[in-house]
Amino acid sequence: MSGPVIDIQPGETFTLNVGPQHPATHGVLRVKMEMDGEYIIKAETVLGYIHRMHELMGENRAYPQVLPNLSRLDYLGAMGYTHGHVLAIERAAGIEVPERAEYIRAIMVELNRVASHLFWFGAFVMDLGGFTPLMYAIQDREHILDMLEAVTGSRLTYCYFRFGGLYNDVDDDFVDAARAFIPRMRKSLKKYAALVTGNIIFRKRLEDIGPLSAEMCRKYGATGPVARGSGIDFDVRKNEPYSVYPEFDFDVPVYHQCDSMARYKVRMDEMEQSLRIIEQGLDKLPDGPIMPKKKPKLIKPPKGDYYQAVETARGSFGIRLVSDGTKNAYRFKLRSPTYSNMHLFDEACEGMMIMDALAMMGSLDLVIPEIDR
Amino acid sequence: MGAYFSEIFLGLYSLAVGLSITFKEFFKPVVTVPYPFKTLKMCDRYRGHIELIENENGEPKCVACMMCQRGCPSGCISITTKTETYEVEVKGEMKTKKKKILTGYDLNFTTCSLCGQCIENCKFGAIEFSKEYNLASTRKEDFHFNLLNRLKERNS
Repeated sequence: MSGPVIDIQPGETFTLNVGPQHPATHGVLRVKMEMDGEYIIKAETVLGYIHRMHELMGENRAYPQVLPNLSRLDYLGAMGYTHGHVLAIERAAGIEVPERAEYIRAIMVELNRVASHLFWFGAFVMDLGGFTPLMYAIQDREHILDMLEAVTGSRLTYCYFRFGGLYNDVDDDFVDAARAFIPRMRKSLKKYAALVTGNIIFRKRLEDIGPLSAEMCRKYGATGPVARGSGIDFDVRKNEPYSVYPEFDFDVPVYHQCDSMARYKVRMDEMEQSLRIIEQGLDKLPDGPIMPKKKPKLIKPPKGDYYQAVETARGSFGIRLVSDGTKNAYRFKLRSPTYSNMHLFDEACEGMMIMDALAMMGSLDLVIPEIDR
Repeated sequence: MGAYFSEIFLGLYSLAVGLSITFKEFFKPVVTVPYPFKTLKMCDRYRGHIELIENENGEPKCVACMMCQRGCPSGCISITTKTETYEVEVKGEMKTKKKKILTGYDLNFTTCSLCGQCIENCKFGAIEFSKEYNLASTRKEDFHFNLLNRLKERNS
């Protein structure tokens, strides 16, 4: 026998480093775990490996120049974040948005939400050891990306919304493609339910595992599917309506089991609700311009403090903008949902087995560039 | 005891359902493209790096107003100009006038984020997105494009 032999005494603990480069953390997140055998005694998430100072960039650049940054926060659901940004600046500068632009924005955000949840679904099942569903999920997501690419010209970092409207208009091809996509996606959702949700191994890995109580979600400020899986009925689209969301008829799925399975079910139901919103949006899509007639050439919001929250695929995303009346923001604070959701992990995984803890981490839907912005 | 057997039965059933779905997928048409041998056509609105547009004389439409350089969030466009004086006849009198002429249009593609601010800022329609996506190199100097030279190469 060669090499040192590690002899661990009973009751002795050791430290395990998960990441920064580890497939289960979905990015450069490092988790320092103090372990007793396979049980976690204490965990500590370490951030800062891909910090890019987006907030400071937002303060140094003129308002339109920050637009591409917001897509880089979250590469899976970029539309939602840009939506929050443009809404915040429009509220601050008092720009009115034409109705057609509002409807197209809602359709795009919902399509992007479905794409984001699909990718999460594939990656989550892959975390648990099932590879095939990822391929099906990516195939469905590809249809959405093709549609979005034909309109915006880009596949992930769209940079499609502008202050007051949109970059360019959608055509009939897009409307037809979106209409054809909805029944196909509904069929796929049934397929996923049969293939994954009903699977006994999958259910045994998730049911009653990774409990996050509603109280804990409130304490850490968790939002989105994580909070809704713990029985908190909060969705920014319903509770603080923005854009044209009051016009749509949709439900907010809430589950009270508080386990990883509940968070999975919330996201699967949310996809169905997003399809309903897209369907209604396509029916109601009005004609008209996509940019307002009167738009200030140089965007200079009056002095003040503004806040705008939107519901992205991962939860409530907020922008706090403090303007001092110049062409740059004085303070540009981004409140990103995954940052709050991730900090649940430290407390929740105490006493759990490591494989269960990693399954729970998957159910939180972490996107690291958005935590480390 | 009954729960034990029903669990085994349910487990086997869910396995059979899953396998039947994967088996059906086996006979569906292939959706992927074998990339280096076959490529997809880029859509009309695809955003590649920028290119200069020429006018009827084969010269760049750009008038060197510097709006794209000023609007770029990453500062990846650098334009060099020279001022030329020329004489024109106005109402029978000869007058000297000054004109800015574009001598160089450099794009540092390594820092470009493809946001399209330059194209929106251009009032003269002098730049467009290219459909180029097969860009790969081991040297970063390969992504410092001289767009004026590229335009000349396209014409020749």
